[in-house]
Amino acid sequence: MGSLFDFMLPELKSPLTGASTDALMGFIHLVSFIILAGVTIAMIYFAIKYKRKSDDDQTPLITHNNTLELTWSVIPLILVFIVFGWGYSGWLNLKAVPDNAYEIQVSAYKWGWTFSYENGAQVGNEVHVPAGRPVKLVMKSQDVLHSFFVPDYRIKQDVLPNRYTYVWFQADEAGESQVFCTEYCGTSHSDMLAKVIVHTQSDFENWLASQNTGGGGTPVERGESLLTLQGCITCHSVDGSEKIGPTFQGLFGREETMTDGTTLTVDENYIRESILDPGAKIVEGYQNQMVSYEGRLSDDDISDIIEYIKTLD
Amino acid sequence: MATAEVSPASTGTKKTFKVKRYIPSENPKKTFFTEERGLWAWLTTVDHKKIGLMYLGSVTFFFLLGGILALLLRTELLTPAQTFIEADTYNQFFTLHGAIMVFFVLVPSIPAALGNFVLPMQLGAKDVAFPRLNLASLYIYIIGAIFTFIALASNGLDTGWTFYTPYSTESTSSVIWVTMGVFILGFSSILTGTNFIATIHKLRAPGITWSKLPLNIWALYATSIMQVLATPVLAITLLLLTMERFLGIGIFDPSLGGDPVLFQHFFWFYSHPAVYIMIVPGFGIISEVITTFSKKHIFGYWAIALSSLAIAFIGFLVWGHHMFTSGQSAVATSVFSFLTFLVGIPTGIKILNWVATLYKGSIEMKTPMVYVFVFLFLFSIGGFTGIMLGALSADIHLHDTYYVVAHFHYVMMGGTLIALLAGLHYWWPKMTGKMYNEFQAKIGAALIFIGFNMTFLPQFIMGSQGMPRRYYNYIDQFTIFHQTSTIGSYILGVGFLLIAYYLAKSLMSGERAGSNPWGSRGLEWQSTSPPDLHNFDHTPVVINGPYDYHKPMEEFQLGLANAHDEKH
Repeated sequence: MGSLFDFMLPELKSPLTGASTDALMGFIHLVSFIILAGVTIAMIYFAIKYKRKSDDDQTPLITHNNTLELTWSVIPLILVFIVFGWGYSGWLNLKAVPDNAYEIQVSAYKWGWTFSYENGAQVGNEVHVPAGRPVKLVMKSQDVLHSFFVPDYRIKQDVLPNRYTYVWFQADEAGESQVFCTEYCGTSHSDMLAKVIVHTQSDFENWLASQNTGGGGTPVERGESLLTLQGCITCHSVDGSEKIGPTFQGLFGREETMTDGTTLTVDENYIRESILDPGAKIVEGYQNQMVSYEGRLSDDDISDIIEYIKTLD
Repeated sequence: MATAEVSPASTGTKKTFKVKRYIPSENPKKTFFTEERGLWAWLTTVDHKKIGLMYLGSVTFFFLLGGILALLLRTELLTPAQTFIEADTYNQFFTLHGAIMVFFVLVPSIPAALGNFVLPMQLGAKDVAFPRLNLASLYIYIIGAIFTFIALASNGLDTGWTFYTPYSTESTSSVIWVTMGVFILGFSSILTGTNFIATIHKLRAPGITWSKLPLNIWALYATSIMQVLATPVLAITLLLLTMERFLGIGIFDPSLGGDPVLFQHFFWFYSHPAVYIMIVPGFGIISEVITTFSKKHIFGYWAIALSSLAIAFIGFLVWGHHMFTSGQSAVATSVFSFLTFLVGIPTGIKILNWVATLYKGSIEMKTPMVYVFVFLFLFSIGGFTGIMLGALSADIHLHDTYYVVAHFHYVMMGGTLIALLAGLHYWWPKMTGKMYNEFQAKIGAALIFIGFNMTFLPQFIMGSQGMPRRYYNYIDQFTIFHQTSTIGSYILGVGFLLIAYYLAKSLMSGERAGSNPWGSRGLEWQSTSPPDLHNFDHTPVVINGPYDYHKPMEEFQLGLANAHDEKH
């Protein structure tokens, strides 16, 4: 269905994120095309058939027809419910990152992209990924709003300066895909391009090993030493033992109950907020005793700490 | 001499009036042009018709400006990278183009220009309820437009018409000045809206009950409510921006602890209803024109009237659909998507009712009717692609691409602007007393139709293939689409020049138009062309609905009989 409109879309290279979108677009295009053709033909047919013969033409008095009104309200209503449900489920799928996703950190700036890997390697404007495995990009901006768009994967997400956002995809075959910035960001917005380069799993490992890691250690190593240097581990254990603050062990992804009774799942944005504004959300059973680390830890430091905390199962 | 029984809307009790038939003169000696002449009389007039025409002139001037910018942008996009202007210039041009077309042209075009002229006449009133306020709103509009234009041009603002933070607040405070300018413009909308609401409630001629209101009035009524309710949000945004800038309170700026996405909420809370402020008055024109040229009662009067109000109401609740990729919460995203579809339903109902009106009509394809057909086709495409963009997963792919650009041009240009052209050609003989060249007008409509589709259809395809909007440079695979689009925009430009030519010519040497050249039953046509300074030289009395084409014309030309008539 909808193959009539296939020429409108680029070849789909991440079926797990794009197949539902493509089918939905085909469906909407097809139904729209049929209705539009119907309306247009009716208009033209009426204009010809009921062409004015003389200025004295009499027309019948037809004021309304409730059955007709009901029909052409209810049928479109049903159609848009289908479209809503379809679009919503596809969107939920875009938000639900598979557990085994390979994670890459993305930093956007005017006007380029930096991609950071677990071993400390950093690459500009090229993101190398393994084929056949879900990849999750955890993104933040160093300045204004940007947006990460890969038409081949049907994914897009705004990149914000004040919190983390993410996208995921799974490219099934080795190859290349274009990345665009789609949130206007100034002079060279249209040159803020990047490429996704998909390797087979073994090629990817070779590529990653061959990258210069810069000597500063991996993000996890840097995060670990920051926790000691900044004194975090005075109050937060990394082995599950009770201290003044909650333990970091198993923290990432844990469901916590807050002092106001709400619950949340610990993610990048929660950890970031707790470092910069510790009093915003306090875990039940603890006091608001921590000071803000705003200005003492850079955005990159915070990302490194989060990477380390993620390893503490 | 006769009597007519009408029930004034306020009481519901029947009242009997002595009425007689007034046949408008085909060759009036006194018109609003011949009385109160001279520049000063125009600049200080409180006549809604002169004010409407001055609005029309201002809107036309800004449309020319915005249009030239559009052609420059399209010319730059003939080739990837630089064709003839710098990236920064390009970015300033598209900001200016968007801001001018939205705030200076589309928002005031139909209500303030055509609406001002037609609304009191359709109600059988001498003027709007607050004529001086009406003149004030014109001057506020002009001041606001100049203010905004200077703020945009002198700062070289390059943020796009959406002014998203933090980009827009990074280095200069120009976004504050622009917001202030847009707010001044908005104030003009508030005053026009208030004026219209009061006029519709209080100044209807005897016999015009709510069920006999022309659908154009219903549309302007819905628009006025939106203008009055939505525009104050701009003032709040302005206040917050100012507090952040001068008091350092973090609201939108992340470096102060603010949230840039909050700005998007505020911006769209005004700007999405503004989209309906732009399109709903167009619906009113379509209803008037399609009945006149079908010589037939409108199909589904209440469906069309109430759907305008439904759109006005739901239109306030869908702003978040501009922000599906912004990182707003999942619950908000799904609710906004759902409500977006709901607002599509009343719009679809209108289109089908208009098509049904044609059934068994007596259809004459004069220029205004040609534009109605163009409207129905183009606006339907705009509507369907809106459904596409409301669908969450599809929007993730299409957001901020040329697909969106094409969509809103089909809605705003294919909808509002084409409706404006329909209305302009429909009421031109009433406004000026002159008839334009019908053949040239049809050629113009054909050029507009071909040029428009050639400009914007390729944009759907390249957008869907991934071409982002607001791009100065682009990758080679999109070249063919951009070039087709640019050539289309030139054809469109020629079409508009032709329209300007034959309309100007009709003013000088056009044939004299009769009082009612289209044979309409509308009250505004039961006066001379151009009308008298006070619209009618009698108080009209209305006993039939505005679309009762099955009743004879003499029943539509009634007015209160003068006391001295009775003596005879």
